[in-house]
Amino acid sequence: MSTVILLTLTGLGLAALYFLVASGLSLVFGLADVLNFAHGLFLGVGAYATWWAAGNLPGAGPEGFGFLVAVAFGVLAGALVAVLVELVLIRPLYSRTIEQVLVTVGLSLAGVALLQATWGADPRTFPRPGWTREVTSVLGANVPNAGLLLIVAAAVVLGALLAFLRFTRYGLIIRAGVENREMVTALGIDVRKAFTLVFALGGAAAALAGALGGVYFGTVSPGQGGSLLIFAFIVVVIGGMGSVVGSAYAAVAVGLLQQFVNYYGTSGLGDICVVGLLAVVLLLRPQGLAGKVAHA
Amino acid sequence: MTEPILSVENLSVRIAGLHILQGVSFDVAPTGVTVLLGRNGVGKTTTLRAIVGLTPRNGEVRGTIRMGVQSLLARPTHRLVRDGLGYVPEDRCVFAGLTVAENLRLAERRGTAPAYDKVFALFPELDRRGRQRAGSLSGGQQQMLAIGRVLLNDNRLLLVDEPTKGLAPKVVTEVAEVLERVAESVPVLLVEQNLAVVRRLARDAVVLSAGKVAWTGNAQDLLLETALTKSLLGVGSGEVPVSPRSEPVLRAPQSRTKGGAA
Repeated sequence: MSTVILLTLTGLGLAALYFLVASGLSLVFGLADVLNFAHGLFLGVGAYATWWAAGNLPGAGPEGFGFLVAVAFGVLAGALVAVLVELVLIRPLYSRTIEQVLVTVGLSLAGVALLQATWGADPRTFPRPGWTREVTSVLGANVPNAGLLLIVAAAVVLGALLAFLRFTRYGLIIRAGVENREMVTALGIDVRKAFTLVFALGGAAAALAGALGGVYFGTVSPGQGGSLLIFAFIVVVIGGMGSVVGSAYAAVAVGLLQQFVNYYGTSGLGDICVVGLLAVVLLLRPQGLAGKVAHA
Repeated sequence: MTEPILSVENLSVRIAGLHILQGVSFDVAPTGVTVLLGRNGVGKTTTLRAIVGLTPRNGEVRGTIRMGVQSLLARPTHRLVRDGLGYVPEDRCVFAGLTVAENLRLAERRGTAPAYDKVFALFPELDRRGRQRAGSLSGGQQQMLAIGRVLLNDNRLLLVDEPTKGLAPKVVTEVAEVLERVAESVPVLLVEQNLAVVRRLARDAVVLSAGKVAWTGNAQDLLLETALTKSLLGVGSGEVPVSPRSEPVLRAPQSRTKGGAA
């Protein structure tokens, strides 16, 4: 029983990580029709900025409030890079899908190379609070605190995103834009501001995933964003482009499936099963679990 | 003649290699309804979309479009709309996943008071159905929402694309009545296939054929010329598909005839 609980909670922790990356990716694609292969870069920036801030930024550190400051710095850095990417590289290329893919793939590769050139290719030990290395007993299962932290963070982000989409003017614009961007423009709304905002939100969530992923894995490396991005894309497609709630459901399904199959089957089989799940969803429900609607 | 509210000169639009509009020129009067007529595929919707800046990115627009002294081409759509160019697209394009109230709220603009009183006076049902998802409304209710959304703000000119398309005769009458009232305060450039609606609303007509202007003049004169109407639109002015007037004309035999270019 304790094994099932442990696998469930660690699976949910993994799901939380996927959700943090996928939610922004999904909104960006749903609203702006941009398949952003550089989204993993925001995660890398967030992770490295948090790592750097914990050791160098005044007031920041690996423990207590200092760690919060370091994570906030990382999230801000991720959001800032995302905004710059949108303004400088993506904005001139809206509705030019091939060019967007080329630019974002190129940027993703260049970003990893830049991180490698600056801090080396080897994984760096991530500064993390002592309590995140410990475990909490849940119904007899010793669950890593870092996984629980990810679950709580993802739940907070999900709640905040839904509240933003439901109760704010820009949330309304994003929900409408995911349905019909052109008509939003035809109502006198400059939808490009919403694009930038969605990139900022997505970048911030991915950067948070980078910081908390560093806590979870204990290290940070330049290629971390890219490997997580593959599963985030799968989550986005299964959940439905543009749907935050769909991404949450899909992330839970993918995280649990991966964790359980990897444990009870052979290691790596879980990843194959996730791809199988993707194929089944695409065959039976090509629009994903929630379709192209930004649910609030 | 009074200064037109909108002047289109030598407008050419190419989309994906197709030369859809080929030097279209016409004026829209500063009052009343100017109707844009023509058979299917002659470029009526393309004309409206070019005016409001919604030509696809793979399209090329040439010519001149002016509203007053202001040139419209190359200006972003949201700016044109904020400057008073209201657009009601073909097929309504309401946001199906949003409620009626949210659809209306989306059209609100900072710094101006939205005219909810006016909209709810014209469409009381929108007030009653505020919490209903727009996607679950009937076609007629969606059309009213699409028009109401635009009327929430002051407009200098309204572009309305086939507002009666696919609607039941009774709803066509209601939509025509609303447009008639709207046109008392703001000029309308209307794309419409229902000649009964045209007869009721339009003062001026521009007929497009194969991407060019084939005829301009008084709409009522055009409708009186059955042979001309038939040659330009493929339907005689006597073949009225549905009547925008209520009881008396609805009982007329021609109201049940098959026809119209819709």
